[in-house]
Amino acid sequence: MLFGFGCSQENQTKGVTVWHWMTDRQESFLKLAQQYQEQTGIEVRFELYAPSELYSRKTIAAAQASVLPDIYGILGEKKRLASFIEGGFVANLSPDFEANEGIWEKNLFVKAINVNRFEEGNVYGIKPGIYGVPLDVTNIQMLYNKNILKKAGIDQPPLTFDQFIKDAVILRRMGIDGFVSGWGEAWIIECFASNYAFNIMGEEKIMATYRGEVSYTDPDWITVFNIFKILKDKNIFVEGIVTKGNKYAEQDFALERAAFAFNGSWCVNVYDKMNPDLNYGTMLPPRYNLESPMKIWGGAGSSLVVNPTSKNKQAAINFLKWLTAKEQQAFLSKQTKNLPANRHALSFLPKILSQFASSMEDATHPSIWKHNENLLVSEAFAKGIQSIIIGEKTPEEAARDIQAVKVYEMEKDKKRLNR
Amino acid sequence: MIKNKVISRFSFLEFKGVFENYLFILPAVVIFALFYIYPFYEIFNLSLHEWNGISSVRQFIGIDNFKEIMQDKVWWSSMWNAGYITIIALTFQNMLAFSLALSCDRDIRMRKFYRVIFYLPPILSEVVVGLVWQWILNSGVQGGEPIGLLNYFLTKVHLYHLVHNWLSDPKTVLTCIALVHSWKGFGWGFIILLAGLQTIDRQLYEAAQVDGAGVFSIFKNITIPMMMPVFILVMILTILGSMQVFILVLSMVGQGLVYHTEVPVTRILVSMMGTGRFGYACAQGVVFGLILIIGSFMIKKISAKVKQE
Repeated sequence: MLFGFGCSQENQTKGVTVWHWMTDRQESFLKLAQQYQEQTGIEVRFELYAPSELYSRKTIAAAQASVLPDIYGILGEKKRLASFIEGGFVANLSPDFEANEGIWEKNLFVKAINVNRFEEGNVYGIKPGIYGVPLDVTNIQMLYNKNILKKAGIDQPPLTFDQFIKDAVILRRMGIDGFVSGWGEAWIIECFASNYAFNIMGEEKIMATYRGEVSYTDPDWITVFNIFKILKDKNIFVEGIVTKGNKYAEQDFALERAAFAFNGSWCVNVYDKMNPDLNYGTMLPPRYNLESPMKIWGGAGSSLVVNPTSKNKQAAINFLKWLTAKEQQAFLSKQTKNLPANRHALSFLPKILSQFASSMEDATHPSIWKHNENLLVSEAFAKGIQSIIIGEKTPEEAARDIQAVKVYEMEKDKKRLNR
Repeated sequence: MIKNKVISRFSFLEFKGVFENYLFILPAVVIFALFYIYPFYEIFNLSLHEWNGISSVRQFIGIDNFKEIMQDKVWWSSMWNAGYITIIALTFQNMLAFSLALSCDRDIRMRKFYRVIFYLPPILSEVVVGLVWQWILNSGVQGGEPIGLLNYFLTKVHLYHLVHNWLSDPKTVLTCIALVHSWKGFGWGFIILLAGLQTIDRQLYEAAQVDGAGVFSIFKNITIPMMMPVFILVMILTILGSMQVFILVLSMVGQGLVYHTEVPVTRILVSMMGTGRFGYACAQGVVFGLILIIGSFMIKKISAKVKQE
């Protein structure tokens, strides 16, 4: 509650206040705010609160104290967005998206909007609608260092998992680490594993697992876990990958310490700052099952929501419409090297971002799935994979542990429902 | 009549005096109630509810959260991990602090300089310390050369067999964190123990020396007994500080190596910010607080008994 004190918008009714956590975009936001004020006479105050953990706590505390600003972002899973909506802290923007024959909605990428959309009969019990405005689009895929591959005599990035292993073994013989990623952060491990789960067993079986109808000890899941064992056994990971934060993983790839990386499209900006000469390309994670497509996580990168109790609600919505218009999106994309949420702003993209954008068709996202895994099971899932990578457990043992957590959490959920 | 008037006047004056006294302490009581008693009450109250931290609805569930904690294996293993860090701090950190305090209590050259140097680690930010040690213990390699300072040093002195993946091996990660925690924490123990040593009357040492007591005998019969209250204080503060370590863990190993680096505070954070179970997080906080209070109380009792004997 203390975080919320002194933050009320009551004494700032003129103009629109925006809270966000995006340190890399503050300068661009301020420029856009100035431009908006010149055009409309409405002042927009962008207030930056970082790091993201602090920001997250601030928004929760502000919600409890009812002092949320006109526009703000909600970090975390869709479940948290649902909690904010349920608490009456997020406006349903569907009428605004649908106005003028849905022009606002049509201008933005469907996948980006869907992250903020709640469908009829959603598991959270939220009234159907669009509750957030996407600012940009991200997807997470693999990257390869062109110079290193060329030095190793590898002409093309691998398309299949077997080829990837062969290439990585060649690189290892040359003393080059094969693969780096920030697997000290559980969600990135989950994301990589989820890509292969989609490739190996398809969406329906994954959803059935989340519903508790398929066990994590199923042979398909064991195959997914076994991928990590193969990568470990072939010595493809950089040392210490399991406790490596993504910032350090980005540093490793930017400084050419590893040939392949698994990272999101935001990395373009990061690598540009760390090593402007880095020569790299994007690729989908190499397919394990050649008969099925590979899916990657992608959709809205960051979204903003509107406070329904704000005195400036309409002004806030108008500003968000302006912010997601073609010109502003192109400006943001150019300045921050992120994929724009507006589909018409794509023509202004640098080449590497275009490569990321071209894979959006292969993207999916937990926020648009019908079911999501329990967060403690997700944690056990990531920790189980870590234990495979450090050689502490076999894929079968890790699967049993994850399933045990799943069963326990399902029992807890049943108890909660019976209360 | 006059007597009654005197009594009532006296009572009024007495009441006024008492009222004035209470009025003076009222601000302190209000602040204490608002910032100490109310949060404690609210934490305990929340621990009896299921609440996501955002919704206006809190569901009363009695002691269900506490029952769940009893079966939460990760929670109890996190308690063990913090206990391990605390044991290292109680032994290694405090022995180091006491040895240095003993050294600086003597008339050695540059002792003021050493005092400043030894007190530097505690005033450094825990995040900075964590990140610096993460770099020192880094197991990465570039161009065949270790990136981490420790592995680089080991390579340079040809101790290749000791080069290790310090923060990604379950056998070494918690010890590394505990040692860094001890390195960061020994300074304040040093200052408190040094202050304690300086309060011991020098005449006691001189008298013992005149009586022919040796160095060890003086240490055992004068220094240790006289320092006992300071030892208790340092031990209690070490337990409280070490059990609650988490910033160092986050900055050294991020979200952790499997469950090997989980400590109670990181579990509370997971419950609160990760799974959005504020009620459960508060119940964890209550249990953790009680364990710390009981632990500190027991240390005090045991130490008092040892002192008596």
